[in-house]
Amino acid sequence: MVAQESHGHAAPQGFIRKYVFSLDHKVIGLQYYFLALTAVFVGMFLSLLMRIHLVWPGASIPLIGEIKPETYLALLTMHGTIMVFFVLTTAPQGGFGNYFLPIQIGAPDMAFPVLNMMSFWTTFLAYIVMLSAFFVVGGAPLHGWTGYAPLSALQSAGPGEGLGADLWITSIGIFCIASLMGALNFITTTLDMRAKGMTMMRMPLTCWSWFITAILGLLAFGVLLSAGILLLMDRNMGTSFFLPLGTINGVLTGHKGGSPLLWQHLFWFFGHPEVYIAILPGMGVASQVLSTFARKPIFGYKAMVYAMLAIGLLGFMVWGHHMFMSGMSPYSAFAFSVMTMAIGVPSAIKTFNWLGTLWGARIRFQSPMLFAIGFVSLFVSGGLSGPFLAQPVLDIQLHDTYFVPAHFHLIMGVAAIFGIFAATYYWFPKMFGRMMSESLARWHFWFSFIGTYAIFMPMHYLGMAGQPRRYSQGTEVAYLRPLLPLQKFITYAAIITIAGQLIFLWNLFASMRTGKKATDNPWESTTLEWTTATPPPHDNFGGHTPVVYHGPYEYAVPGAPRDYVMQTDPATVAAH
Amino acid sequence: MATFTPTVPAQRPAPSRGGRNNPPPVRGGGDDGRPDFGQPDHAVRLRRARLGLLIALTPILMLFVSFTSAYVVRQGLPTFDPGSNSVVRDWLPIPLPNTLFLINTIVLLASSVTVELARRRIAQRVALEPIQSIPGVSLGSEREFPWLGLTIVLGLGFLTGQFLAWRELAARGFFVSTGPSSSFVYLLTGVHAIHLLGGVLALLVAGSTVILRRRLESRHIVVDVTAWYWHFMALLWIYILALMELAH
Repeated sequence: MVAQESHGHAAPQGFIRKYVFSLDHKVIGLQYYFLALTAVFVGMFLSLLMRIHLVWPGASIPLIGEIKPETYLALLTMHGTIMVFFVLTTAPQGGFGNYFLPIQIGAPDMAFPVLNMMSFWTTFLAYIVMLSAFFVVGGAPLHGWTGYAPLSALQSAGPGEGLGADLWITSIGIFCIASLMGALNFITTTLDMRAKGMTMMRMPLTCWSWFITAILGLLAFGVLLSAGILLLMDRNMGTSFFLPLGTINGVLTGHKGGSPLLWQHLFWFFGHPEVYIAILPGMGVASQVLSTFARKPIFGYKAMVYAMLAIGLLGFMVWGHHMFMSGMSPYSAFAFSVMTMAIGVPSAIKTFNWLGTLWGARIRFQSPMLFAIGFVSLFVSGGLSGPFLAQPVLDIQLHDTYFVPAHFHLIMGVAAIFGIFAATYYWFPKMFGRMMSESLARWHFWFSFIGTYAIFMPMHYLGMAGQPRRYSQGTEVAYLRPLLPLQKFITYAAIITIAGQLIFLWNLFASMRTGKKATDNPWESTTLEWTTATPPPHDNFGGHTPVVYHGPYEYAVPGAPRDYVMQTDPATVAAH
Repeated sequence: MATFTPTVPAQRPAPSRGGRNNPPPVRGGGDDGRPDFGQPDHAVRLRRARLGLLIALTPILMLFVSFTSAYVVRQGLPTFDPGSNSVVRDWLPIPLPNTLFLINTIVLLASSVTVELARRRIAQRVALEPIQSIPGVSLGSEREFPWLGLTIVLGLGFLTGQFLAWRELAARGFFVSTGPSSSFVYLLTGVHAIHLLGGVLALLVAGSTVILRRRLESRHIVVDVTAWYWHFMALLWIYILALMELAH
């Protein structure tokens, strides 16, 4: 299946082999990145429609018309699904991981290039199938990105639950297979293709984060695939895995004996690790960027590695904290609660190590650094509401209110997006050979940073005041009417923040053509991608194999002529 | 590469510094032992393919772990029966087509043996290939027993047997949607059959490389990896059979 591939393939000729069905991990990384870029704008557009509908429910939107309650549910389903799968899973891992993991460990390509190409095109297929759900009879499904049964398991449960839901599940299944192929490649590459001298403990923290993310994906996506198979069987083959006895509009469904709770268990066994799949690469990038622009070694490299491993491990033991309201035993709820709060420990280790890296540093406040600091800020702000939701007693009050979207958008959504932004600004010179505009990047940062807080901070308050999530309208409800001004404020903030993203889009594409030419190492960074040409040649290092002598963050080395020592620099070995 | 001589002796990095075990200069990378950039040698490619397979088996295992947990949960789940207005256990054991399953198991285990013989044979040929190129040296008969072809036939035989087993179940009135136990029997056997079909396709690829006269070493890697995958499928089948027979 995989064996005929080798990374010794020659540089391809012709447009198709070079840019479309390319085996080069760098091209595949960019393909993933641009797929995620289109997906993030689709997802943002959907959220904009939802925000407008929430505060002006009667508004008629050009080409779409008035948003009906079921349309609202379809919007929120597709917003969540597209953002989680095709942005947060795709860009940091598939995009930057594909592009920079082989270069950072000194390999000429991924371990299985053909599998890598198949992984991208399978993801692309999943994306097309997902988007097609908008255009079939009945439209997109209503069941949210979590797809809770029985709503998701019955064809007749709602307008979008016919073909739209089938396409949704099929797309998720295809995406699982694509992610598994990718994870297999990442793990094999990390274990087997490191350059001479690149021990595991000399890998940049980005590589560690991609490696751990791949392990999480490897273990989690198989379970989601199994749940998807069972769901498709329930929907189309008359089985009752997730469907208890019940009626729709007074008519018996014909199913009996199944357990909707089983879906929740299987889904969240995948769903919680998925949260870390989204955020771990951001942690890696933040560590890399903070160390580089603080001109200091990362504080506690080993602790950072072990903390990420601990987060990954604990991430598999806490899925029940999404289900405190499902009627599970209070004893198991207690266990899940304790495990969840235990994740606060490695998370705090990481946070304090980031702060320790910044402490007393002569910080270079360039655009990647701004977004990395923004990542830490959002990670703390979003993370602190975690221990609230981790307690069953508090969760019963806060569950299914705006407090929950506020929490997960900050920590998993926007923090991960800031990680992607930091990575984009940091690696853009290497990928495209030009610099991005620094002033536009600053504008983009302040729009995004202030805008994000303006959107999601008030949502905590809405949640505590009892605003339920997933409801298409709250304007007619007496106790929610006083909250309407705050809702309007959030909508205005969202519009401005989304407009601010156009600055990024302009900066990205304009800089590709007209940006200042980048040198090989514009940030004076130490890792291997900065030792090679810009952009890197087909085999990454132009025919020679890098040899590694140092850990990844040798900044401010006493006695060295510059304030940093490249990983490949043999000079200081004698001095140590 | 710029080199320098520090005027003051460089100190050891602070303990917080990443990767501070500096002295071992060039050992310990994952790609240690790679002769040069470019085409890796056969042993490295084989190791990498085997590692890839081992990792690829993990999600397959997780898939069946997940099915098993669903199986166990569903089996113990009481369900409300509106007819008697009480909570009943609706998991009814179904009569499995045991004769067919026994034959299929024997066929699959036999195919596991033949694929192992094919794997060892081709490994031997790869090892002896350098000698064979010496003029006048012959390793005896060039005609090989078609172990690979036999494995494909046995694999297809197993899949046919599984299809017959489903037919027999259906003839007895047990369909996918009849009850929870029949749903799971179809699910487990079906997903296993799809995975085994993937193994058959891989063997066909290995066979086609014979026709296309690809390098023997590449063929060796395909056959080796598929053989391990095939053994895993045989073990998985034993597990599924045990689950269905013992916990029905």
